[in-house]
Amino acid sequence: MAMLIATWKHCVYVFSTGLEDEVDTFQEEHERERHRGKRRDGERAKKKKRGNGEGRKRASRAGREEEKLQARREKKGRRKKSSSDQEAEGREGDEADQPTTKSSKAAKTRKNVKNEKTRKVEKEEKEDEADDEERNRKRKKKHGSNKKEENVEDGNTVKEKAGEVKKKKHKKVVETSSEKETSEEEDNEEEDSEEKEVRPETLTPEELEMLKEAVDERKKLIQGLRGKPWAMKKKLVTLRESQEFVDKYEGALGKGKGRKLYAYKVMMTKKWMKFKRDFENFKTACIPWEMKIKEIESHFGSSVASYFIFLRWMYGINMILFCLTFGLVMVPEALMGRPYGTIPRKTVPRAEAPSAMDFAVLWDFGGYAQYSVLFYGYYNNQRAIGWLKFRMPLSYFLVGVGTVAYSYMVVIRTMARNANESGVGDDNSFNFSWKMFTSWDYLIGNPETADNKFASITTIFKEAILEEQESRKDDNIHLTRFLRVLANFLVLCCLAGSGYLIYFVVRRSQKFALDGLENHTWWERNEVNMVMSLLGMFCPMLFDVISALENYHPRVALQWQLGRIFALFLGNLYTFIIALMDEINLKREEENIVKFNITTWEASHYNISASENSTSPPVTIQPADVPRGPCWETMVGQEFVRLIISDTMTTYITLLIGDFLRAVLVRFLNYCWCWDLEAGFPSYSEFDVSGNVLGLIFNQGMIWMGAFYAPCLPALNLLRLHVSMYLQCWAVMCCNVPQERVFKASGSNNFYMAMLLVILFLSTLPAIYTIVTIPPSFDCGPFSGKKRMFDVIQETLESDFPAWFSKVFSSASNPGLVLPFILLMVLAIYYLQSTSKSYKEANVDLKKKLQTQNEENKKKNKLAALKAQMDLEEARKAASPSAEHQKNNNASPDQEDEEEDRGRSQRMYHSKNGRSPPPHRHYGQLPATRAPVPRNYPHGNQGSAGYLPSFPRENEARMHRVPSLQRH
Amino acid sequence: MGNKQTIFTAQQLDSYQDCTYFTRKEILRLFDRYRDLAPQLVPLDYTCQPDVKLPYELIGSMPELKDNPFRQRIAEVFSDDGEGNMTLDDFLDMFSVMSEMAPRDLKAYYAFKIYDFNNDDFLCKSDLEKTLNKLTRNELTEDEVRMVCEKVIDESDLDNDGRLSLEDFQTMIVRAPDFLSTFHIRI
Repeated sequence: MAMLIATWKHCVYVFSTGLEDEVDTFQEEHERERHRGKRRDGERAKKKKRGNGEGRKRASRAGREEEKLQARREKKGRRKKSSSDQEAEGREGDEADQPTTKSSKAAKTRKNVKNEKTRKVEKEEKEDEADDEERNRKRKKKHGSNKKEENVEDGNTVKEKAGEVKKKKHKKVVETSSEKETSEEEDNEEEDSEEKEVRPETLTPEELEMLKEAVDERKKLIQGLRGKPWAMKKKLVTLRESQEFVDKYEGALGKGKGRKLYAYKVMMTKKWMKFKRDFENFKTACIPWEMKIKEIESHFGSSVASYFIFLRWMYGINMILFCLTFGLVMVPEALMGRPYGTIPRKTVPRAEAPSAMDFAVLWDFGGYAQYSVLFYGYYNNQRAIGWLKFRMPLSYFLVGVGTVAYSYMVVIRTMARNANESGVGDDNSFNFSWKMFTSWDYLIGNPETADNKFASITTIFKEAILEEQESRKDDNIHLTRFLRVLANFLVLCCLAGSGYLIYFVVRRSQKFALDGLENHTWWERNEVNMVMSLLGMFCPMLFDVISALENYHPRVALQWQLGRIFALFLGNLYTFIIALMDEINLKREEENIVKFNITTWEASHYNISASENSTSPPVTIQPADVPRGPCWETMVGQEFVRLIISDTMTTYITLLIGDFLRAVLVRFLNYCWCWDLEAGFPSYSEFDVSGNVLGLIFNQGMIWMGAFYAPCLPALNLLRLHVSMYLQCWAVMCCNVPQERVFKASGSNNFYMAMLLVILFLSTLPAIYTIVTIPPSFDCGPFSGKKRMFDVIQETLESDFPAWFSKVFSSASNPGLVLPFILLMVLAIYYLQSTSKSYKEANVDLKKKLQTQNEENKKKNKLAALKAQMDLEEARKAASPSAEHQKNNNASPDQEDEEEDRGRSQRMYHSKNGRSPPPHRHYGQLPATRAPVPRNYPHGNQGSAGYLPSFPRENEARMHRVPSLQRH
Repeated sequence: MGNKQTIFTAQQLDSYQDCTYFTRKEILRLFDRYRDLAPQLVPLDYTCQPDVKLPYELIGSMPELKDNPFRQRIAEVFSDDGEGNMTLDDFLDMFSVMSEMAPRDLKAYYAFKIYDFNNDDFLCKSDLEKTLNKLTRNELTEDEVRMVCEKVIDESDLDNDGRLSLEDFQTMIVRAPDFLSTFHIRI
């Protein structure tokens, strides 16, 4: 019991004192932290004894500041009640006798209120200190003298004091008679509520302001609570208190009209918070495949999982693209446009009709598939369709532009975010430390992967040691150089060969197409796609073999490999596009011929009908019989769709054969084979992250390219991604083995993103080119009859907007305005670029400076330590008679010396800070997160101040130190 | 599980959400994971805050921790009693810190504690040696270990006291490119 009282007294003192004890508390805290492990158990027992009284104490503390006045009246009666609190009572008496001078020190009181919560935190720690009787006593003395001052100063904040006293009273009750607890508690609560009602009228504006600040402070605390390095119990308690405090005082703030408004605002913010949280919950619930990815992550480490995360991200983007095209283009046309068979472009021509439903034709996206909403040609050029007057051509155009714009936005935004996250470390000054502390991947949850990881970490360390010793010499630099040149030459040959092959095949297929596809075999019809897919499959393997020649470090080798595959894919894609361009030109020539034929056909038809007009009613011509142009847009769309399909098929088949079949063979043939298949040559396959990511990226590029001419592409891609998510997850889990050298995925994330951006740019280029330069077909698609596709904008401006708008638009788009605008943008880009360059330079400079300073400092410190040691030795020699004695006392003089210095420097720091509090506040009990404190060594070596000028502190959710202690 | 509302009160869930980086669903999932470790020990009703602790042997056998060389340290650091026996609160705390959302500093603080084997608030040579041996499964020779530890201290010890304090550690770790992605357990 005595212990409890002492504790309580102690904390009361702490509350009523100001700056002077801050220094000590910091020291104490630090020490306490250090010894916490040893003392923990004892403390726990004590805590339990104190039990819920403590909790209640804290709860009622919130109200203490307002309640003092009332409590003072009651105090005398109370005082007699408990004789064990004699000392405290005496102190209270003193307090009561203090004349309440009216020195309006609003600032001071505000600080008190503000610091309240942090005090509480501190108080908790103080209570843990209960056993430190000695320290307590010292403190008491010190604070006794502070006490009076405090009282005078706080004279006018009667209410707050009252609260404090009441709190004391309450505690007393808890401690002395546990039976009374409940009744007292109720009393208290009643009083609280009474006061709450009275309060707003009696508060001065300043106090209100203070209270508001306190409430805001609490709210901030609640927000940042999850970032505190505290045990959950403490967090929960703090949270509850803060919430109680906020709930209690929030509603009471403000007067009259303002009060209502404030209450309303508070209510709305609460609702908003709740909504936000629910929304957040909903959002996480919507993210698919979390568990799948987690499982893969634990089996294969973060690099393989990064592919699946990338895949999921891609899926999200395609979902949006799909929604755009499906909702704004395909569905309106299907629902509100003219139905199938009403006009020529929406009908299968007579010649094709018999085979239009054949599977082979449909599989090639001919027949009925070609004359449907899936492709460009089906759309009508009617300006507005349906009862909604939906502007179909405009919508088609805007969706096309919108998908590209959206993709750009998302990719760039993601890149920027990634850069922010990982843009910290590129210097090599902490090579070994990083290897030691960040090389273990905590995600790994599979013994095999863990084994691999252990092995790879060991090799990494061995390599690093070797490098460090610089004993590694290149055995034959000429040979490696020769081999590398040779390898690059071979790769270039491969690239050129594959490019030529594709060009050749596309040319040949055009010949086939002219002959008519029916007379050719399946292979000849699908040659282009098959060749492209096969090249994409086998060339990377070839590159892999070639790169074995080069003898690069695996990381470098990976980058080379990626670059080569990228070049291959890009080359293939562009050869394909060039060939396609040729085909477009052919089609356009054909179109001209058809156009001419149609006029003659129409004329003859008219003649016939005119001649027959007199005798019989006009013959209605079936739309299927009308001759029509080749419609190059649909052709392009079809090509892309076929490409995607064959690409998907190859991917899946490779997966099944290359991974699954191989795994099955290795697994079951191993029983009857002459060597160990599992450990030896074929073995199981590893998951090829880079190849898969590249495949995904190029697939996306094709989608972006072809989506304008085939609105079904995003839908197809969505399907593909969905299937490949499940298929690849399954394949990876059942037939792949973890990589032997586990590379980390981080950092390469933005590498992939950059590739995606390049591909996006390169794939929008041809699409934009075709849209801008080639006139649309005359008899199919939403833009038929216009000279250019983008004329639809002009048309809308002219007919759907008021006249002045189009006038403004046309005058704004004249060269006189556009050119200066472009110039301005160029200037702005130039300016931003140069500033960023200079920032970068400054950054590098600072880094260098920091490093040199660090080194200097180290040297200085070393010198100082040496000097100190020598001095000590000398002193010991000088005082040789007492040397033995000293030895007994100081087992390790150096260490202790240092400890002391440390303490001293800290003290200095605190007192300095006390005088001028830092601009922003720090929370938590860590003495550590501040910028490192320079240690002052006693031997005149003080030049080391601030060698580390504060490294970047990004977010506010950092661990900070106790703020209240730095205020009066 | 039936009705999820019976495990926690809405208020409890809210406060857990305030104190961790988890959403409601994740908290419930974590509770399920926790309970799965010892269904006979953990009650299905946490509204009255039962005093349940799972021993380290159970916590360490979770697949997420099973292969981690530092699992014992992790459990010790996050448990209230310092011996690896965890309450649900400790459990949530642990995975909150290890979650993707936790800020770098918080992670750095706990990483320091995890690598600080002897709880003296400094990473001294013995701590580093232990860390390294755990990382490489004692495959490095003594000389190599000594050399690496010396290098680490040489690189990161800014105040030159022959051991790494929390400040040193944080200065070093905030620049590490892989720290956030590797010091992370997905649950």
